[in-house]
Amino acid sequence: MVVWSEQERSIINSIFASLDYDDIGPKALCRCLIVYPWTQRYFGGFGNLYNAEAIKTNPMIGAHGIKVLHGLDRAVKNMDDIKNTYAELSVMHSEKLHIDPDNFRLLADCLTIVIAAKMGTAFTADIQAAFQKFLSVVVNALGRQYH
Amino acid sequence: MLRDKEKKLIRELWERLIPVAEDIGSDALLRMLVTFPGTKTYFSHLDIRPRSAHLRSHGKKIVLAIAEGAKDISQLTVTLAPLQILHAYQLRITPSNFKLFSHCMLVALACFLGEDFTPVTHAAMDKYLSAFAAVLAEKYR
Repeated sequence: MVVWSEQERSIINSIFASLDYDDIGPKALCRCLIVYPWTQRYFGGFGNLYNAEAIKTNPMIGAHGIKVLHGLDRAVKNMDDIKNTYAELSVMHSEKLHIDPDNFRLLADCLTIVIAAKMGTAFTADIQAAFQKFLSVVVNALGRQYH
Repeated sequence: MLRDKEKKLIRELWERLIPVAEDIGSDALLRMLVTFPGTKTYFSHLDIRPRSAHLRSHGKKIVLAIAEGAKDISQLTVTLAPLQILHAYQLRITPSNFKLFSHCMLVALACFLGEDFTPVTHAAMDKYLSAFAAVLAEKYR
């Protein structure tokens, strides 16, 4: 059972309440595809990913980034049972999308860095710790139904 | 492998960061200690409270070493030889922790540079820090 302090809950809720999904979503996904190019293997049908510029301006990638970021909403609303909230999504990522679960961690790291860049010094060590704890629970839950 | 363009980017970026070595270094260290509490076990001999003198001087030391290595990345093994010996025989920090510190360094850089910490810069920096960590652990076994 993951235990959340009041402070951690407040930090997570606050970050997502003020999140610009249309900005952060595409940025996080693009960064993942650029910094860890092997993740591009999952985006064969998404058009031109030839270089950083192409990736950053690719509308399909942008739209997908927003979708993925919104995927975190259910975890924010169900922080006390993220494991079960994502059971079905985990099965889907495993059996339908065949994504190596280690890549969830890479995307989570990129999301952390995009938010850090946006918030600057307001992204304190304590806020980072809470946010990373949240993401690691999500990452864990998404990898759970892989057999 | 780091391409020539990336080596140049890294070299120039770290040169710009030397004046703020203490700030960046202590920030990265603090982030690591708070986010990954297991790393605190290596610092029982220091005062690692936020803004402590130990944290600032230790952070500065680390950043200056990283900046030194960035001056000529193709010579990393030569530049880091003394630090290799220190980490292998004296400090013996479990190498997986280098990854944790590198990640927190990337976060610290993102906070400091904002939009200037572009995906291309991030990629080059990640590659450099990975290479740095790998060289640092070379004499472990």
